[in-house]
Amino acid sequence: MWKLIKPRPGNLRLWQLAVLVAVFGLWHVLTKPGLIPPVVFENDRQAAFFFGEPLVIFARIWAWFFGNADIYQHLWVTLVETVLAFGIGTALGLACGLWLALSPMAAAILDPYIKALNSMPRVILAPIFAVWFGLGIASKVALGVTLVFFIVFFNVYQGVKEVSPVVLANVRMLGASPRQLLRHVYLPSATSWVFSSLHTSVGLAFVGAVVGEYLGSSRGVGYLILQAEGAFDINTVMAGILVLTAFALVLDGAVGRLERRLMKWQPRSGETERL
Amino acid sequence: MKAPTTSPTSDALALDAVSCTFVDRNDPTQRYTAVRDVTLSVGAGEFVSVVGPTGCGKSTLLNMAAGLLAPSTGTVTVFGQSLAGINTRAGYMFQAESLMPWRTALGNVMAGLEFRGVADAQSQAQEWLRRVGLGGFGDRYPHQLSGGMRKRTSLAQTLALDPDIILMDEPFSALDIQTRQLMENEVLALWAAKKKAVLFITHDLDEAIAMSDRVVVLSAGPASRPIGEFIVDLERPRDVAEVRVSPRFIELHQAIWAVLRDEVLKGYRQQLAA
Repeated sequence: MWKLIKPRPGNLRLWQLAVLVAVFGLWHVLTKPGLIPPVVFENDRQAAFFFGEPLVIFARIWAWFFGNADIYQHLWVTLVETVLAFGIGTALGLACGLWLALSPMAAAILDPYIKALNSMPRVILAPIFAVWFGLGIASKVALGVTLVFFIVFFNVYQGVKEVSPVVLANVRMLGASPRQLLRHVYLPSATSWVFSSLHTSVGLAFVGAVVGEYLGSSRGVGYLILQAEGAFDINTVMAGILVLTAFALVLDGAVGRLERRLMKWQPRSGETERL
Repeated sequence: MKAPTTSPTSDALALDAVSCTFVDRNDPTQRYTAVRDVTLSVGAGEFVSVVGPTGCGKSTLLNMAAGLLAPSTGTVTVFGQSLAGINTRAGYMFQAESLMPWRTALGNVMAGLEFRGVADAQSQAQEWLRRVGLGGFGDRYPHQLSGGMRKRTSLAQTLALDPDIILMDEPFSALDIQTRQLMENEVLALWAAKKKAVLFITHDLDEAIAMSDRVVVLSAGPASRPIGEFIVDLERPRDVAEVRVSPRFIELHQAIWAVLRDEVLKGYRQQLAA
């Protein structure tokens, strides 16, 4: 019997699923009122109050997606914020990174300020952005941009600095003008570093969007969680967290696919061609 | 065995009393003179090799000829005009990997043509790839090619621009002996067809004699300078593998090695002491 279910690469997914089921099973057993006598709490409803009940949570998620089908507009808003924050942050980071990497004097002047801005906890900017840009999408995008910008900036800066001097000399000997150098050497090298940080920067754009929503908004998944929390509706909060987690996983998977497509010039270990 | 003196204007490339001193960025008092008072010329259509012990400033010499490095003193003259900035009439084949990893083999070969705005860059590049025996590998990225294939792509990349001067910095030093001889013969065949001026840097005396019209021996660094110059009067076309066993080759080899050996030992001792 054990031989059959022993963990091996073939049944990896099954085992992963089993872990998930076990966690939710344990959660259900520990929180379902009246199922086991309360050990930690005074009465058997309290566990459910603090931790929620998986069955209720799943029912809520089901209702969001298939019952009332009202989650889509919130997800859409969060997605738009994430994508905008990622796009704008990446563009700004790319531009500033290229500029500072190619003009060392400007980099030397701005160096302490960039370090200061980067070490500042940027979440505290959220209230300021809310005042500046209102409670709509713009303030969340602004928060996400401040998070994404530095990741991309430092990677681009590094990418330009690490261009092989031989490749650079070679391209110059081939007659590239300064503009062509930028377009054909610095930019591809920098983008490869941007792509290697893609997972982090998309993740941070998402964090910026959700935190922004959570701190004040009228739509988005963060807003749903905020509302539920205000009403001590722990089940909805948990449902929101689960939806966000799944959403982040999907986003990460999409980024991974994009990365594989765009970075096909980079060697991967053990790559062979099927003829 | 002195080279026949040619009038300065007929030289494709002439280094006149060039020195190159590097200054340590962190400590300006620390100086290193790589080459001192080097006078060297390459006539149009001539194949000149420079041999010398490791670390004798051979690459520095080539970088100055390419215009990537400005000499501290002396002048570099290209077809009678003194050089300032990049030498646009030269193609440079580097010792290290120099292909753009984000471009396919074809993309790399057509890069120079693209920069110049040549209309049929792609078909010309494809033709050059075919000529170096990589016609079917145009869509591969550098990491998908073997070391020899990458060198051949580099060769096609350099030659595709049809430069009047070809600078080569130990281009085949990383290749195994068989691939190397194949490549050497290929280069000789391509050179024979176009008769460009070639300045070829190598530490391999056999290679230098087998390929060139003239071999220049550099002294051990620092402050190295030419200490010998030999005309290679072997018949062309040559096969680099066959020519090695001819009596004249062995004679030349002995004569040059007599000069080179002391320098190699000196260079080795200096490296041990450092």
